[in-house]
Amino acid sequence: MTVIRAEGLTLAYDDRNVVSELDLHIPPGRVTVVVGANACGKSTLLRALARLMRPEHGAVLLDGRAIHTLPTRQVARQVGILPQTPVAPEGISVLDLVGRGRSPHQTWWRQWSTADEQAVAEALAATGMTELAHRPVDELSGGQRQRAWIAMAVAQQTPVLLLDEPTTYLDLAHQVDVLDLVTDLNRRDGRTVVMVLHDLNQACRYADHLVVMRDGRIAAEGDPAAVVTAELVTEVFGLGCQVVPDPVTATPMVIPLSRHHPARTVTA
Amino acid sequence: MNAVTPPVPGAPTPTVLADPYAAGPVPTTGDRSRTALHRSLFGLPLRPRLAVMCVVTALAAFAVFCLGLALGDYPVPLVDVVPALWRSGARGTVFVVHEVRLPRALTGVLVGAAFAASGAVLQAITRNPLASPDMVGINAGATTAVVAGIVLGFGDTLGTPTLGLAGGLLGALAVYLLAWRRGSTGFRIVLVGIGVSWMCTSATDYLLTRAKMHQAQEAVGWLVGNLNGRGWESVRPLGVAVAVLLPAALLLAGWNRNLQLGDDVARGLGTPVQLARGLLLLVSVALVSFATAAAGPVLFVSLAAPQIAQRLARLSAPPVLLSALTGVLLVSGSDLLARRLLPDTDLPVGVVTGAIGAGFLLRLLVRSNRAGSGG
Repeated sequence: MTVIRAEGLTLAYDDRNVVSELDLHIPPGRVTVVVGANACGKSTLLRALARLMRPEHGAVLLDGRAIHTLPTRQVARQVGILPQTPVAPEGISVLDLVGRGRSPHQTWWRQWSTADEQAVAEALAATGMTELAHRPVDELSGGQRQRAWIAMAVAQQTPVLLLDEPTTYLDLAHQVDVLDLVTDLNRRDGRTVVMVLHDLNQACRYADHLVVMRDGRIAAEGDPAAVVTAELVTEVFGLGCQVVPDPVTATPMVIPLSRHHPARTVTA
Repeated sequence: MNAVTPPVPGAPTPTVLADPYAAGPVPTTGDRSRTALHRSLFGLPLRPRLAVMCVVTALAAFAVFCLGLALGDYPVPLVDVVPALWRSGARGTVFVVHEVRLPRALTGVLVGAAFAASGAVLQAITRNPLASPDMVGINAGATTAVVAGIVLGFGDTLGTPTLGLAGGLLGALAVYLLAWRRGSTGFRIVLVGIGVSWMCTSATDYLLTRAKMHQAQEAVGWLVGNLNGRGWESVRPLGVAVAVLLPAALLLAGWNRNLQLGDDVARGLGTPVQLARGLLLLVSVALVSFATAAAGPVLFVSLAAPQIAQRLARLSAPPVLLSALTGVLLVSGSDLLARRLLPDTDLPVGVVTGAIGAGFLLRLLVRSNRAGSGG
């Protein structure tokens, strides 16, 4: 099983440090969710895990070897990344898009094989996109479009899958739909999933391992039930809140307070 | 998801959904024929429509090529044209076909293929049909360099192909440094490219005002895109360039397809983004520069041919090979028209490609917008 971790990772845009001296061990075969306030460095961390940016110091280690010393294609066969709101070329069909997920497995002399065909068929079926395979991506609804992109990442058949806010711009039903789909991928194939999410309650529901970031550092990590407390949320997001059990999953549920809605004593 | 955690007492019972993991292995057999996934053929994805279009366009281009060799002041029967290419037949026929008409026809074929393939590569990387070499300053850079060679008198020593390549590279470098280095794509490249293009055009115009009469005439005859009087000396360098660069563009097509998904996705798919973009840009610039050096800036081919090919094949980006074949058909057909429409005036091919290419492109844009596919 592919193990991915960060060691003493410092990431910077120009001269500005975004992530500082970060150590992170991603539990293999589990769903890890990274949360934090805007500009806390969570997307940057994900980009570094996918080798999309080069660290200033430290390294991302893939099975113990620095990811920047590995051949690009080898990394692409082990780690798949879906960036935030990717844009598909105009008129591209779902099938064509998903097929491009196979490129790390292809060579100049063997550009398409039955294994590719099989992987694409499985990815389409797993994401429920088989019926829409020949539709242009730009004619799909937001939820279907996101499914098509996830299908591309699935067809890549990587043991590690990184997703940067896969629910952005989706309505609530489609958010749940996408998160369920990601969970399917983890539970069925044992893929290691790391995703950045905005919604704390969804993060608590779907994470096996929760990473809470603040100012480029890890403020807390672990089982959501153990990690998410009113004090932590106040410290990290600067927002007063109450934390109650989610009535459906019993995972922590964060109820924010505001100037107009201050705290009241909870009657249990 | 903590599926094992018991629900909170008093909470509403969750709706029981079918267990998604009980579905077992994903059914794939039988899906094949229904969804018509890409099958493979000798390791290549089978795209029947693209293959058929390539064959049809190639046949049409060959027919026009032969027609161009047959027609003229000394008409040759079509059946004698193909044997004459291998120097068999009456001596007069072989001379007319092989020595007089073939260099011009071949230049047309190579120029069409080079311009169109170059446009296909560039339009695909930038995801913008307007970012073709004749819009973004590459063509104009090559033109300025060649005109400078003619007017300032160093053209003969350096050779037109070298000058064209140098000028095209400089034009492309200017666009790259001003617009592209920070990873911007699409519209910004087009705008900066148009700026660079006009700077080069101004420089060309200035050079022309300084030129002597015979130099100006030579330069202007070449400036509109012209196949008149092209001999083997323009076929050879361009032939070598196309023979090397067209296969290179085809080999790099996989990287280009990934680049169209954006830098991050492309890198995630294992594409060395900077290297791939650099090589593709170099191939595109070299193709257009060699073609410009051979025949002048033949208008609209690198813009229109890839767009026509893309619509013929119904793909999301212009396919290189079909674009090249479409370019061959466009230039060969235009040259034939130019020669036959006004036989006494030697109408330059660039005038006809401009008119035909622009007209066809407009028709396609209007039609596809009406169909709602957004051009």
